[in-house]
Amino acid sequence: MMNLVLQTALSDTGNWIANIFFYIIAAVAVVAALKMVTTNNVVHASLYLLVVLSAVAATYVILGAEFAAATQVLVYLGAIMVLLLFGVMLTRAKIGAETDLDYDQRWIGALVATALGAVMMYSLWEGFGDVTMPAEQVPQRTEAVADEIFSTYIVPFEALSVLLLAALIGAVVVARRD
Amino acid sequence: MFLNQFLFLAAILFCIGVYGVLTRKNGVLVLMSIELILNAVNINLVAFGAFHQHLSGQVFALFVIAVAAAEVGVGLAIVLLIYRNRRSINVAEANILKG
Repeated sequence: MMNLVLQTALSDTGNWIANIFFYIIAAVAVVAALKMVTTNNVVHASLYLLVVLSAVAATYVILGAEFAAATQVLVYLGAIMVLLLFGVMLTRAKIGAETDLDYDQRWIGALVATALGAVMMYSLWEGFGDVTMPAEQVPQRTEAVADEIFSTYIVPFEALSVLLLAALIGAVVVARRD
Repeated sequence: MFLNQFLFLAAILFCIGVYGVLTRKNGVLVLMSIELILNAVNINLVAFGAFHQHLSGQVFALFVIAVAAAEVGVGLAIVLLIYRNRRSINVAEANILKG
């Protein structure tokens, strides 16, 4: 199924289909992200985050990164969302809307974000104005990704596993009741 | 397809995440906004990986996902500790260090 979608998305004739899909996904992601940072219900915010993360996974599929898409679904949608919902539950967030989730000076944050976005988009437009993606894109196979991780990036990979262990033990030590 | 359409999506999501971090008082919502920022960066990495037909982009995105998992674990532990000590996860109230 995923292979079929990938092949359709990446073939020459399927290029415009991939484009249409991309713009739908991008619109969904941006709208859900905006709702996430403006809603005054913590549970709704986490569900909007779920939509954004799924849209990002779909973007990975369009880009041909199948293993990154699968990992995004497994780790983000599966594990991290459950952790965040646990956080919402354990801090006893109110069911329903809350009034005191934002600072009063919201416009400063909006100003900073808009200025940052303007600078980033200007430099992106200057730097990559009409650079197109390669016409005959091939999906990056999981097998090749595994070869890359376990040859070129073996040292960072092992360091990452030690980091995960340290973070796990650290989280247990910090959150433990004495 | 243009490379820029992916980079623009990532830039917009990044800025929305920055707005969330700057305006939210609730500790869990701040963590969620940080996840949004990390995802925006990941889109960039995967897009450049696809653009250069090179696997490094995807591998780095996977590393970022793993580090984000560690970050959320430790971050939530800290938020829970703040809640247990102060009965509130309003980050505006965590101001003991203020001189």
